[in-house]
Amino acid sequence: MYPSRFRYEAPRSLDEAISMLQTGGDYCKVLAGGQSLVPLMKLRFASPELVVDINNVPGLAYHRVDPDGTLRIGALCRHADLEHSDLLKTTQPTMAGAAPLIADPIVRNRGTLVGSLCHADPQGDWASVVLALGGSVVARGSRGTRVIPLADFVTGPFQTVLDPDEIAVEAVIPAAKGARSGGYLKLERRVGDFATVGVAVALETTGENVTRAGIALTGVGGSTIGATEAAAVLVGRPLTADSVAQAADLAAQAARPRTDHRGSAEYKRHMVRTFVVRILSRGNAAEERAA
Amino acid sequence: MTIVYEDEETQGDVPVRRIKFTINGKKMIAEVETRLLLAHLIRRGIGLTGTHTGCDTTNCGACTVLVDGRAVKSCTMLAVQVDGHEISTVEGLATASELHPLQEGFKEEHGLQCGFCTPGMMMAAKALLDANPDPTEEDVRWALSGNLCRCTGYQNIVKSVLWAAAKLRSESAG
Repeated sequence: MYPSRFRYEAPRSLDEAISMLQTGGDYCKVLAGGQSLVPLMKLRFASPELVVDINNVPGLAYHRVDPDGTLRIGALCRHADLEHSDLLKTTQPTMAGAAPLIADPIVRNRGTLVGSLCHADPQGDWASVVLALGGSVVARGSRGTRVIPLADFVTGPFQTVLDPDEIAVEAVIPAAKGARSGGYLKLERRVGDFATVGVAVALETTGENVTRAGIALTGVGGSTIGATEAAAVLVGRPLTADSVAQAADLAAQAARPRTDHRGSAEYKRHMVRTFVVRILSRGNAAEERAA
Repeated sequence: MTIVYEDEETQGDVPVRRIKFTINGKKMIAEVETRLLLAHLIRRGIGLTGTHTGCDTTNCGACTVLVDGRAVKSCTMLAVQVDGHEISTVEGLATASELHPLQEGFKEEHGLQCGFCTPGMMMAAKALLDANPDPTEEDVRWALSGNLCRCTGYQNIVKSVLWAAAKLRSESAG
């Protein structure tokens, strides 16, 4: 399989890349890891006129913490960088739980978190994780830089609010006010398959009390689902068997699964409930890999 | 190096770029159409057909090569993207007189049946052993989880990689 013909540019700076997007025609795509874009182009689901490859732009491969605790993940930070990150293992249990479950080890060497958010696949794992953590995407274009909360970033399957001349330059996870816990669990038929069900839970706790909670669901609706009511019942009190059960039920209700070859709607809803309970029952999920 | 395309109605309008890269230690220059995939540059352009294209959909890993030492699926990378980079394929493993320990391992432990997935398995395993000379069985299974084999059931592939790891360790100790 071949992509349609396209013009290719490999700029060395973001400004250059943005001006190429501005003048490049009606349909331009930014290429980072390419692990979603290249397959889409081969299948001719995407046939851009111009591909702007940002892999030669220096200074985008980072993930680092600001002095105030904000985590920043650059547009060329690969899944594998996050999978092997000690920083994530010690400070970001939900992200550390998800990183080893993205696609397969070889795809993780190329694919990027920011690219995954821009691809906006309803089955994308990172979108759930970033949504649960209250994260944002930083976009740069000809009109300057703006910060877009993930909840507003994705407008539909494979659609985002990015302007044609904007590049998502980093993802931002706000600093925790309490102690972080949580995790990501994914049910998949085999490594590399799309999630049958994925659940991201991100908690912050001060003393005994949960001060912030985020729950988001992968693969059980037309887009990433933020289970806000489920998260809300956890906040303002300690975790109890009762509050965990309530959150799990509400998350299952928020899911909009469809019966398909990966499982029945009923089964998927059940797995959402099970995963929420499982993550919340063990507090810190950093070491859990697959369900 | 010549790659011939059917002349559609876009004559004279085919975007082509000149790239320089290293493959198995040899420096190369190629003129490639921008949409050419790395797998096809390697197989049809350079003629190294040890890199196999299996599924062509980023699933099977038969086309795995190393780019700057990292395993990538060459069906899912554009050839133009290796400009300035270093590629290793299965042909780069053996020397003129000696098999690489990974190749020996696959022979000793019967790590292949039809052999189609083998080049990808070996390159994924090479990336693992370069980073981790003493992997556990679990490490090997994890590292090869992006490579499909429809013959062996993986048991002997895992044994082959562990065999190679032991051989490489004893060589470096000796």
